[in-house]
Amino acid sequence: MRLSGAEIVVETLIEQGIKTIFGYPGGTVIDIYDQLYRNSDRIEHILAAHEQGAAHAADGYARASGEVGVVLATSGPGATNLVTGIANAYLDSVPMLAITGNVPNSLIGRDSFQEIDITGITLPITKHNFFVHRVEDLADTLREAIRIAKSGRPGPVLVDIPKDVQGAKCEFISAKPVEKKGGVPADDADVAKAASMIAEAGRPFIYFGGGAVRAGAGELIAKLADKIDAYIGCSMMGLSEVPVSNKRFLGMQGMHGHYASSKAMAKSDLIIGVGVRFSDRATGNTSKFSAGARKIQIDIDSAELGKNVDINLGAACDICDFLTKLIDKVEAKQLPNWEAKIEKLKGQEAEQEFTDFLPADAVRAVSEIVTPDTEIATDVGQHQMWVAQYFGFEGKRTWISSGGLGTMGFGMGAAIGSSYGSGKRTVLFTGDGSFGMNLNELATAVTYNVPLTIVLFNNGVLGMVRQWQTLFYDKKYSNTTLNRKTDFVALAESFGAKGYRANDLESFKKAFADAYSQEGPTLIDLTIDKDLKVLPMMRPGGTFDKLIIGEEAEE
Amino acid sequence: MSKNSFVIAVYVENKYGVLTRVTSMFTRRGFNIDTLTVGETEDPNYSRITISLSNEKTDRAQLINQLKKLYNVKKVEVISPDMAIKRELMLIKVKNSPDTRAEIRDTASVFRAKIIDYSADAMCLEITGDTNKIDAFIDNMKPFGIIEMCRTGIVALERGPESMLSK
Repeated sequence: MRLSGAEIVVETLIEQGIKTIFGYPGGTVIDIYDQLYRNSDRIEHILAAHEQGAAHAADGYARASGEVGVVLATSGPGATNLVTGIANAYLDSVPMLAITGNVPNSLIGRDSFQEIDITGITLPITKHNFFVHRVEDLADTLREAIRIAKSGRPGPVLVDIPKDVQGAKCEFISAKPVEKKGGVPADDADVAKAASMIAEAGRPFIYFGGGAVRAGAGELIAKLADKIDAYIGCSMMGLSEVPVSNKRFLGMQGMHGHYASSKAMAKSDLIIGVGVRFSDRATGNTSKFSAGARKIQIDIDSAELGKNVDINLGAACDICDFLTKLIDKVEAKQLPNWEAKIEKLKGQEAEQEFTDFLPADAVRAVSEIVTPDTEIATDVGQHQMWVAQYFGFEGKRTWISSGGLGTMGFGMGAAIGSSYGSGKRTVLFTGDGSFGMNLNELATAVTYNVPLTIVLFNNGVLGMVRQWQTLFYDKKYSNTTLNRKTDFVALAESFGAKGYRANDLESFKKAFADAYSQEGPTLIDLTIDKDLKVLPMMRPGGTFDKLIIGEEAEE
Repeated sequence: MSKNSFVIAVYVENKYGVLTRVTSMFTRRGFNIDTLTVGETEDPNYSRITISLSNEKTDRAQLINQLKKLYNVKKVEVISPDMAIKRELMLIKVKNSPDTRAEIRDTASVFRAKIIDYSADAMCLEITGDTNKIDAFIDNMKPFGIIEMCRTGIVALERGPESMLSK
């Protein structure tokens, strides 16, 4: 079958099981869009308002579904608008395929209209990228790109296709969907060593991250913890993999982690890191980080082992295989003293006063109302941390949030994408700062009647930076007071979404119940105080011994 | 070169843009390259990049692991110092005068350097050897007046019957 390059793009995506793609048309992808038009019954294209939103949507789609998210954009500005979205996927190891058009081969290198070297630009933020010189290479390049994106440690791959390649014809032979390459099996000697380290430990703690989510290792982690009497914490990226109802799960670690979780890890004598990179936001001062604890690190990516903290045992392999073998090998143990310590920490956490304030109450209220399979997306800032701290995640893959890159403006696109990825309703928590960055995607949500409930915490300030200015910059609020006159309810209505206003818990609950029952997108503007803080807080580069838990730091 | 120096050999696919991918990783992860050479190998599908580094803070394991993650990288090896045959080539142009001519020739002969171009005012020499030998030769040429010089950087192989690709 002789097909044009544009036909090959669409046929290959369909052949590889891609059902939904996100994108925005332009001069160098008209041929591909023409084929999408002709094949609209076989593959769905969601038109975003901006390429960045489309990239975040592909990211959110991939996080919610576990499949590769696909985004399509034109050359030049279309391609550069993808950059933040690609970088975001790279830092959170999200499988993504970005397809860009480019000017014809004959115009490459001449600074032609809307020509940009997007493979050069995205070199350090993709797992790999391709420039397709010849139509004969196109189908296999796309297949290989998809395989790379989902194999091993997932990540974004970009394929740049010049316009003449889209028009040129060649023989197309369809192939099977590519298999992803998993990690290597666990080494028995490593498993045995881990088992003996566990046997010697009196205070074991399992610390997992995004790698555990990608591998779906939640049940195995819980099973291991039960067998060896360990407690569990996670990085922000790990949220929703182990349900909060699990009594051994103490919550998120790190700068704004749960008190008991952070303290328990600091007091443990063995940390079992599962799919987690011990990032600076999670560890604080790495040289002082849990100095008394031995560390095991299991990750599919060998380059993560010991990258940020020194470890005693590293295993680069399939996480689930390692945990399965370890659960089999390890002796069961009971550690009543450890349990008593944890109970004490939980008691201290329960006594703290800073957990009872409007946004936290609102998050808890949403947590009680929504079904466990509802996707919970966020933007970046204080609201994100409050959701991470107070939402009761029970369903796997329901936490859609920007971790590594910390991208304000991620939320709208990601929420739309996650709803497509899960086929379920999404609740997006955002702040007035983050929402302002990509609120244009409200148009997309309305056009496609996306089941999306937006909860906007409106404090009129850039709260997270303000919090740092309060604590570390002598309350000099440089450029974090927004002084905007935006009426978010009117704004939502103008886009065609239903808007609600709330200013206390009761009015919020009422608004949310109504909003959540609507079919399409809705927005609730909840006014909150501008001086609320995310607590506890570990000072940047600090240690878990001295957390800021109220107005003062712990002694 | 300091005693902390080490040499890495990287087999990469012989394709457009691969060198950029490798060097970009060094920049992004903060690894500092001393010398880098690249050329064809016994297998035309692959090029061999030889990189020497000397920063004592360089985390070798991290560097190797990051290199291995690059899609076009086929094989990475630290050339073990005991087993390494390392060579560098240098072209050097020095001032020529009747007073110094004989001495330059004598020095070249001691270092087994070849005179490859000659004029009344300058001569150009070619020398091959390990880095120390070349450094020493440069020191010896300095008094005559170095006009220009150019070094290739290190290429290295391991002793023994094996090839890196076959290992």
